[in-house]
Amino acid sequence: MNLKIKVWRQKNAKAKGGFETYDIKDVSPDSSFLEMLDILNEQLINEGKEPVAFDHDCREGICGMCSLFINGRAHGPDDDVTTCQLHMRKFKDGETVTIEPWRSGAFPVIKDLVVDRNAFEKIMHSGGFVSVNTGGVPDGNAILIPKEDADEAMDAAACIGCGACVATCKNSSAMLFVAAKVSQFAKLPQGKPEAARRARNMVAKMDELGFGGCTNTGACEAECPKGISISHIARLNREYLKAKIKE
Amino acid sequence: MSLSGLFLMVFLVVHLTVNCFLFAGADAFNTAANFMVTNPIIKVVEPILALGFIIHIAWSIVITIQNMRARPVGYNKLNQGKNSTFASRNMFVLGGLVLSFLAIHIANFYVKIKFTHEVGEAIVDGVAMHDTYTLVTNLFTVWWYVIIYVIGAIFLGFHLSHGFWSAFQTIGFSNDIWRKRLNNIGRAYAVIVAGGFALIPVYFHFVQ
Ligand code: HEM
Ligand code: SF4
Ligand code: FES
Repeated sequence: MNLKIKVWRQKNAKAKGGFETYDIKDVSPDSSFLEMLDILNEQLINEGKEPVAFDHDCREGICGMCSLFINGRAHGPDDDVTTCQLHMRKFKDGETVTIEPWRSGAFPVIKDLVVDRNAFEKIMHSGGFVSVNTGGVPDGNAILIPKEDADEAMDAAACIGCGACVATCKNSSAMLFVAAKVSQFAKLPQGKPEAARRARNMVAKMDELGFGGCTNTGACEAECPKGISISHIARLNREYLKAKIKE
Repeated sequence: MSLSGLFLMVFLVVHLTVNCFLFAGADAFNTAANFMVTNPIIKVVEPILALGFIIHIAWSIVITIQNMRARPVGYNKLNQGKNSTFASRNMFVLGGLVLSFLAIHIANFYVKIKFTHEVGEAIVDGVAMHDTYTLVTNLFTVWWYVIIYVIGAIFLGFHLSHGFWSAFQTIGFSNDIWRKRLNNIGRAYAVIVAGGFALIPVYFHFVQ
């Protein structure tokens, strides 16, 4: 396939960026999107130009490092995938592919397509610890958890912290991420003692960091590579209300 | 936002119910309207209703500004057609259009009845009251008022098609099962309310 790649270039956090368009030839439809960018970067290096900086790590959809807003959608045109899992066959030969970084005040651009997602880390820190008893190894079956609750907790825990929810939300809201992080503990006996504090602090931190408020458009859920349900947001709202009433 | 929205949605039901008396004729509607005007409960609810609107609108302005600020640099290419509904992305604009309609609506009836007294008198069972029925039916002889009212109802319908479920989600009353139910109830509610309010001007324009 031959493509035109229209990509956001920005020297550093302070520089004013802009779009550059590059031609790329003979890309295999079976290559992944990040492989296509690797090929583009080889080409740029050979031409003596600065390669395009982008985030990636595992390249198998589990780490959440890859980002990219491709043709107007977080992680590109495919559903339920990260950018590293996206294949070039999802594009048309001769197409212009527009690549932008995540856009959110809370995720400032560091260079080209790389953004600083430390804000998520800060929200996690504000959630605090989950108390665990020290001493001997407890018996594996000592704490019984209903299967449904365990399943729901695991569904929430599937969040890889990629930030697609924020990137795609018209309000730059981090509600789906925070909801996943609160919800993964909300139904489990572990972490019960800290439940109220966790919900309160994480929501407060999210607001403080400049993420927008949720207006329930549901775009986050549609673009989340892990299919985290916005029903977790309803649970977060409940947990938060409960915590506020307790306060 | 959600509590004020829920309150306004209850108001809409009451309002539409009273309006439906229009179909039962002049005496029935005038009596119903008179009941609303003279009822002491309504005297209390009226300022609360105004407050409900003010809270809803003021808060909507605050969160809209906050949410716009949360993304100082926008996207060059944005494609949200697939991931969310039109109404959910345009609540503020739709609300603003409802508000513009509301201004016209209040000028048409509330102002004429309360302040400029451009309303006749009707006597039903020996009780003197405003002839609101004639005020309404006269207004809808004007075709462009009919159009304004129908369009106003459509904007309201879109606002509610997202707002209904959204309000429940915001107060935490939703899960994977209830979300589908509330979405369906919400859509039905939006269609009934918008359809009801749109039907009245059309009916009185053509049938009367
Ligand atoms: C009869 C009139 C109205 C009714 C019944 C109504 C109802 C609702 C409801 C139920 C919600 C959802 C609340 C939530 O998700 O927390 C909502 C949201 C909203 N409304 Fe209204 N509304 C009305 C008029 C207005 C007006 C006049 C404006 C002003 C511009 C407005 C602006 C908004 C905005 C910006 C939202 C937030 C979007 C969201 O949370 O989804 N509305 N409305
Ligand atoms: S909720 Fe989904 S989109 Fe948001 S950070 Fe987690 S995995 Fe990414
Ligand atoms: S690189 Fe790890 S999820 Fe894409």
